[in-house]
Amino acid sequence: MKQACYTIESNLPLAPGVYRMCLVGDTSAITAGGQFVDVAIGGFFLRRPIAVQKWDSRSMHIVYKVVGKGTEVMSRMTPGQSLDVLTGLGNGFDAGACKASALIVSGGLGASPVFSLAKSLVEAGRKVEVIMGFNSAADVILADEFKALGASVDVVTMDGSCGLKGLVTDAMPSDGYDYFYTCGPKVMMKAVCAKASAPGEASLEERMGCGCGICYGCTCHTASGPKRVCADGPVFKKEEIIW
Amino acid sequence: MVSEVKLCGVSLKNPVIPASGTFGFGTEMAGWYDLNQLGAISLKGTTLEPRFGNECPRIAECPEGLINSVGLQNPGIKAVLGEKIPALRKIYSGPVIANISGFSVEEYASCCAAAGACEDVDIIEVNISCPNVHGGGMAFGSNPEAAAEVTSAVKAVCPGKPVFVKLSPNVTDIAAIARACADAGADGLTLINTVLGMRIDLKTRRPVVAARYGGFSGRAILPIALRMVNQAAHACPGLPIMGCGGVSCADDVLEMMMAGATAVQVGAENLRDPMACSRIIAELPAAAAKYGIDDLNSIVGII
Repeated sequence: MKQACYTIESNLPLAPGVYRMCLVGDTSAITAGGQFVDVAIGGFFLRRPIAVQKWDSRSMHIVYKVVGKGTEVMSRMTPGQSLDVLTGLGNGFDAGACKASALIVSGGLGASPVFSLAKSLVEAGRKVEVIMGFNSAADVILADEFKALGASVDVVTMDGSCGLKGLVTDAMPSDGYDYFYTCGPKVMMKAVCAKASAPGEASLEERMGCGCGICYGCTCHTASGPKRVCADGPVFKKEEIIW
Repeated sequence: MVSEVKLCGVSLKNPVIPASGTFGFGTEMAGWYDLNQLGAISLKGTTLEPRFGNECPRIAECPEGLINSVGLQNPGIKAVLGEKIPALRKIYSGPVIANISGFSVEEYASCCAAAGACEDVDIIEVNISCPNVHGGGMAFGSNPEAAAEVTSAVKAVCPGKPVFVKLSPNVTDIAAIARACADAGADGLTLINTVLGMRIDLKTRRPVVAARYGGFSGRAILPIALRMVNQAAHACPGLPIMGCGGVSCADDVLEMMMAGATAVQVGAENLRDPMACSRIIAELPAAAAKYGIDDLNSIVGII
């Protein structure tokens, strides 16, 4: 965990209401895909927790959706502005848990936190299949970037305007993977965990206070007792999660 | 600049204390800075038995603050004394304040007795002001007789340990509650806890926090806290006070001390800035110099 000042290099729309911001600064505290950062926005008391899509030694990309006034202000920020950000928050995905073939299932913005996971898995020589669900073709994000990593990508839309029509669970294979990872709406992840034929993990979301484990504002029930989504998670093993 | 203050004989190298509930059990903060900079640490509110607390959402943002309805999630006094405090002691040697809550006078007494018997606990802070639990906490802090009853029961089982009673702002007459605690033997007071509040989600037409109401804290409550600390200080001359509520910078610490606080707790600010207490401690000497203060003790309760 680290607090630092970052400079916005770009802040561009990826889809209606969805933006990707590139922040230049110290990324040394980020160690795993699925971790998040907590962004301070002038005029708002609490920070905004946002997943890291990808990072290197110089910069990181975060993808966010405008869901309220804070993210609306973020969407209007311009290159050159600086931001106070806590980085390296949360546990992230356990890329090492997959031994040969991984299934990644994302829903909507959930495509962002699993991106660096997919990259790590491909780099480690794992076979990676990604099923990405969206409402419609206009909402599809990052699909081409996943393909460029070398992953096999299936896009599913609710209205059938891109790829298979239906739910991500309709596109899930019955076998062929030894571990799965999922991130998206809670109902989707619950269905994915129920259908999956292998062990795996899911990234939970909760309204947060501090984002770094001190306020206990985002506690969830798990099989091994109360856990803080921000600090003990956000990624939990399937068998730990109490839906 | 003299920054050392004393609370009932317990020496604090400076008056800055992270408030209960905004700093976990201390160890959660070890990655941010050396905790030994702090004047003291007030641990997360603890009850006799483990508690999950309220369901999520527990947090609602507000202008200059937030509402929380955590509901006293904690692993119970046994785990706090057996695991949390020993873990904290490995990285922190300063004063430890055990914050204790309960649902009956007997529960307060037995939980405080256990905490009081722990040599690593320097001060007992009796929380009779948690707005987030039913049938406990604030119910005891809302009326002078109940507050006095809890105070004397705790004092009877904590010989030799300073007992501070943490008061609620959700009362009509804070002076009467403060006096009742003092008369019942309280060694000091902490105030204020959070202000009962509410936010509504216009999209879902539901309260933002699952518990409907929660405790409002943050910069917005500083004026309320200053007023109540000042009222309590006048109601109980000579009784040490830990002032709490909306403190976000060194100037706020000075204001709180002038209002009547010997030490000052920093709460919600830790949630937006994990470096808050460290920053405020670093700012204090320059802030004091700016206002011609060479000993912080000289400004306590001058208003």
